[in-house]
Amino acid sequence: MSKNIRIIPRLDIKGPNLVKGIHLEGLRVLGKPENFAKYYYENGADELIYIDVVASLYNRNSLHDIIAKTAKEIFIPLTVGGGLRTIDDIRNVLRAGADKVSLNTAALKDPKIISEAARRFGSSTIVVAIEAIKQSDGRYLAYTDNGREYSGVEVLEWAQRVEALGAGEILLVSIDREGTGSGYDLTLTKMVSCAVSIPVIASGGAGNLSDITNVILEGCADAVCLASVLHYDFIKKQIVDKELFKIEGNIEYLKSGKSFSKIQTANLPEIKEYLHRFQVDCRHRVNAEAVHA
Amino acid sequence: MHKVAIIDYDMGNLFSIQQACENVGLPAKITCLKSDIFRSSGVILPGVGAFAEAMKTLQERGLVDLIVDYIKLGKPFMGICLGMQLLFSESEEFSKSKGLSIFSGIVTKFPTVNNKGNSYKIPQVGWNMIKRSRYGGNEISWDRTPLEGQKNGEFMYFVHSYYCKPVDEKVILSVSNYAGIKYCSSLSWRNVFACQFHPEKSAKMGLEIYGKWAQIVKSY
Repeated sequence: MSKNIRIIPRLDIKGPNLVKGIHLEGLRVLGKPENFAKYYYENGADELIYIDVVASLYNRNSLHDIIAKTAKEIFIPLTVGGGLRTIDDIRNVLRAGADKVSLNTAALKDPKIISEAARRFGSSTIVVAIEAIKQSDGRYLAYTDNGREYSGVEVLEWAQRVEALGAGEILLVSIDREGTGSGYDLTLTKMVSCAVSIPVIASGGAGNLSDITNVILEGCADAVCLASVLHYDFIKKQIVDKELFKIEGNIEYLKSGKSFSKIQTANLPEIKEYLHRFQVDCRHRVNAEAVHA
Repeated sequence: MHKVAIIDYDMGNLFSIQQACENVGLPAKITCLKSDIFRSSGVILPGVGAFAEAMKTLQERGLVDLIVDYIKLGKPFMGICLGMQLLFSESEEFSKSKGLSIFSGIVTKFPTVNNKGNSYKIPQVGWNMIKRSRYGGNEISWDRTPLEGQKNGEFMYFVHSYYCKPVDEKVILSVSNYAGIKYCSSLSWRNVFACQFHPEKSAKMGLEIYGKWAQIVKSY
């Protein structure tokens, strides 16, 4: 039996709201992260990732309340990222109830934080997010601050370095594909996944079910992050309480009641059913009877 | 008053173990105080991270003899992940290091390549099935253990690079497969239950394990 692929909903959070952008920009408010998280947990999500998308921009991390609430209700692993700059920041997020942290900007600025954090909290607690942008000459470079800041560091070289420094997993984000629904960057994913011996979580670009099997079978991803495919599916099912979103952010999308045409939405049981059909092993959906030996 | 002591030695997400205990009606305290530990009706030894580092911290906090004594008292004891591995005599992690020696056996690393030449990512991170182990041609029963009521082949959440090899195979409660190796994923012996997976991260079926263990603690 090969390994079981993890399906991980990614929740980008700004203030009290779940948001979604394109290329991590132009953020739309989609709802309350707690509601989405609970729904995904009950539908068989294998883990969850929370990213405070504006944290490094404003030098803040404000997710503690949301993390603590999640940890009381949701018993699957939770990774938290965005704006974690110091060992103390990491400790605080773990104390609030996160199981793993995702580092990007701080790690590129000072890679020693990876080895220090791995030593203190264990390698398996430290995920390094690599935000990749393909250059016109075909090279992939790592960016920081949600794809805004150029670092000049090659993705492949950086991936191998973070493994050597003690990272437990890599969250590989294609900024080019992020939010577009045009499919994962298979070349990027395969290049990184084959070059390291730690698990690689593919993120950015899922627009339909076949994109997911492609990044597993061709891109050799060990786990898959999903946002739009799941979020827009959940939105269709709920009655939007517009009063909730008065406080902050762009709610035009929610008010419009439209669906997002580039994304073929699906829920977690449908995704897992589809993976099984393609002989991709994964944890069965909730209440499924079949055990794949 | 707390019923359960979660041993605090700075390793792993103790908060989620506490939440899981509370969820099944077991008030739990995160503590490294001898008085707290001996007053409790059950003890959980958690753990994420490196074996040698963990043993060093347990020693510094004077917890090594205390854990061994507590287990000898016969009160319910649960080891999770590294907390299971520490119960063994030694680990091959980095250079060899000695453990708590409740069980004879070693803790050893998964190979990155199996005998068919397939390569595996280490650590194993994710969900894997637990299956009933066999001993002397018979399937081991999960009745009256924390695994009671679990489906043979239920999925649990694992994060580890090393696995335990008990000398006495009778103690093995479940086995799992990774990197071409069938290994001990949980064990049960007298008052000790230990698992390589994280039941507090294994959704509703993981909480069931806490629920069954809570019954054992309450009936002690």
